Amino acid sequence: MDDLVAARLQMAISLGWHIVFACIGMTMPVLMAFSEWKWLRTGKQVYIDVAKAWSKGVAIFFAVGAVSGTVLSFELGLLFPGFMKHAGAIIGMPFSWEGTAFFVEAIALGIFLYGWDRLNKWAHWLSGVVVGISGVMSGIFVVSANAWMNSPAGFTWQNGKAINIDPVAAMFNDAWFSQALHMTLAAFVATSFAVAGVHAFLLLKNRTNAFHRTAVRIALSFGAVAAFLQPISGDISAKDIAERQPAKLAALEALYHTSQPADLIIGGIPNNETQEVDYAIHIPAMLSFLAHGDFDAKVTGLDKFPEAERPPVLVTHFAFQIMVACGFLLAFAGLLYFIFSARWQAVLEKKWWLTFIACLTPLGFIAVEAGWTVTEVGRQPWIIYGVMKTEDAVSPIPGLQFSFYMITGIYLLLTLILIWLMRRQIATVPTYYPSARNINE
Amino acid sequence: MLQLIIIILGVAFILYTLLGGADFGAGIVETFAGRKGEKTISKAIAPVWEANHVWLILAIVILFTAFPLVYSTISIALHIPLMIVLIGIVLRGSSFTFRHYDVAHGITHKYYTAFFQISSFMTPVFLGITLGAMILGDISVENTGSFYGLYVQPWFNIFCLVMGLFTASLFGYIAAVFLISEATYPVEQERYIRLSKMFLLLTFVMGLLVFTTAELKNHHLFDAFFNSRLSIAAFSAVILLIPFILYLFRHPHTLYLRAAIGLQVTLVMLGWFAIQFPILVYERHGHHLTFYNTQAPAATLYQLLIALFAGLLLIIPSFYFLFKVFKINNGQNSSLRQTRH
Repeated sequence: MDDLVAARLQMAISLGWHIVFACIGMTMPVLMAFSEWKWLRTGKQVYIDVAKAWSKGVAIFFAVGAVSGTVLSFELGLLFPGFMKHAGAIIGMPFSWEGTAFFVEAIALGIFLYGWDRLNKWAHWLSGVVVGISGVMSGIFVVSANAWMNSPAGFTWQNGKAINIDPVAAMFNDAWFSQALHMTLAAFVATSFAVAGVHAFLLLKNRTNAFHRTAVRIALSFGAVAAFLQPISGDISAKDIAERQPAKLAALEALYHTSQPADLIIGGIPNNETQEVDYAIHIPAMLSFLAHGDFDAKVTGLDKFPEAERPPVLVTHFAFQIMVACGFLLAFAGLLYFIFSARWQAVLEKKWWLTFIACLTPLGFIAVEAGWTVTEVGRQPWIIYGVMKTEDAVSPIPGLQFSFYMITGIYLLLTLILIWLMRRQIATVPTYYPSARNINE
Repeated sequence: MLQLIIIILGVAFILYTLLGGADFGAGIVETFAGRKGEKTISKAIAPVWEANHVWLILAIVILFTAFPLVYSTISIALHIPLMIVLIGIVLRGSSFTFRHYDVAHGITHKYYTAFFQISSFMTPVFLGITLGAMILGDISVENTGSFYGLYVQPWFNIFCLVMGLFTASLFGYIAAVFLISEATYPVEQERYIRLSKMFLLLTFVMGLLVFTTAELKNHHLFDAFFNSRLSIAAFSAVILLIPFILYLFRHPHTLYLRAAIGLQVTLVMLGWFAIQFPILVYERHGHHLTFYNTQAPAATLYQLLIALFAGLLLIIPSFYFLFKVFKINNGQNSSLRQTRH
């Protein structure tokens, strides 16, 4: 295996793995704090049971998230030292803020997880709120560092060196807002729907179980709102990259030829030989509208970029289609949830609805992985867009594939253990929490 | 400005050695502490270990923001030991959490424990090896040479190995002393006191070996040591603290013990900083990387400092609160002390 490919794959595996735990770490504290707040307000046992049961799962995921995050902070240098040598001084600021936010999160989470009996009830709840806020903040900061790679700002590049460094301008680059918004919503969509899906699945076995019903309701409420807002944030992102990274937009749309107006290409298989997309659905002029808000606008195609500066079209296009499909399905589920809870609450108890929600479990996370694939592969061959190529940043050490195999093996093993462990955890829920016991038992 | 950042980096490093070290050490000590020890250790580190390890992340972020060239240089030359450290961190954190939360005991429990104990030992050894390589001066900034010469030789030698064992032993010592106050019954407490003495002796011997093997590798630590008044003072104080700590082993007092070991570790680190300063990485051909020749531009340092100050303003009170809830208000030790007399 080529060292560059190995380094990129190792980074992809490490990021793709960590992002799952990061999403859980951003979302679950908010859901737990919400459930505990309901308990404080209503005194109903089921709310505190849900919050406590969730907190055990979160403790496990958070620990894995913390160590896999540590891995990333080293891997930036281990795999791409050429990047960090120059970028460290420019984007160190969002990383140091992220470190701070994560530090507060880890401390507050320790208090929240182990302090149920040691703290005043409201003080305990407050620690949960602090975990939620700092978790979301740390996500936003780290995404801002990634946004800088897409939209480099706050320095002048001269003779292979960065001068006139302005860390504030680098942090608040043009892409930070759209990316941070999209990622935060994505974390809430993915985690909430996954949690709702698992509880819906368990509810299918016994549909009167108050514990799982409450859990589904809380998770779906958050997930539905976030999923409903996500297409709007996606639109902001699309218009943004149409301006800033036309090559990425062209790749994810598989738009080979600059067109005016440009069709929206849905599905299909991009063919680099013929420069056409086989078997695709075309919606006339729609891409012009989505990218520039005007049905007559010109959209830059891949033909405007030299061969060496085009991102891989196939992967980017596929990943984008998967992300959008999952996103729209979840937004649709969210819409249904609003309608049913406002009008036909009885539907929410139906078997088909619970089956539907259970089937949605992995979709949010699939969308997150696909979305990161779009943003990272779509930036290639650049590591800092328009400034530094990935091949110039990779570590000179030969044999990088071995650390890739090792990391992949370890993460695969840990994934299997985690799934198995979660199943064991879930099996114990009825023993610990009275509200989770089935009434007919 | 640079001085403040160096101080914060140093403090983060000392706190990581002390708190993260205690966590790693707990896994080492557990090997000798028997079945009951496992319970005490799990209970002692579960609420705090993640927060303790964030000091490492903080130190790394400061390093790559303020001294990016140091970070990229060690990332290349010490790729192999650092990769092993990372794998150790992942396996240790995961296996500890899995063991702590998994419902049943049995064969999986044994695997978790084995992974936890082995990685608790391996990780500090390779952390020490990494540090040793930064001190020894066999790292090359020019990327010409054989694979062995560039990426293995700088850390694969007797001095670095001894540094690794010294680190593991120091961590074990810190953990054993911390655990004296976490023990739930007198026999267990006796055991941690015995282990503390054992690790103290081991650390002392390893410390001497660090200096001896440095001479073998032609790195004159003794000279450097005797040329720095600060490090002579620091190391003398470390030795002078030993009788006091031995006295405390006979009359355990949570706060004094922890303060004494905290002071001792801080002094060891200060003594070492005094020898090193301002060099971060010794280079093969004398192109040493220092705080001064690798520092980021002033605008970066200024923003980093703001972030660090704001961060510490949030972190220190919450860290204090965390330890107050789980470590200071434990209330079980006073009764233990009475049963010993």
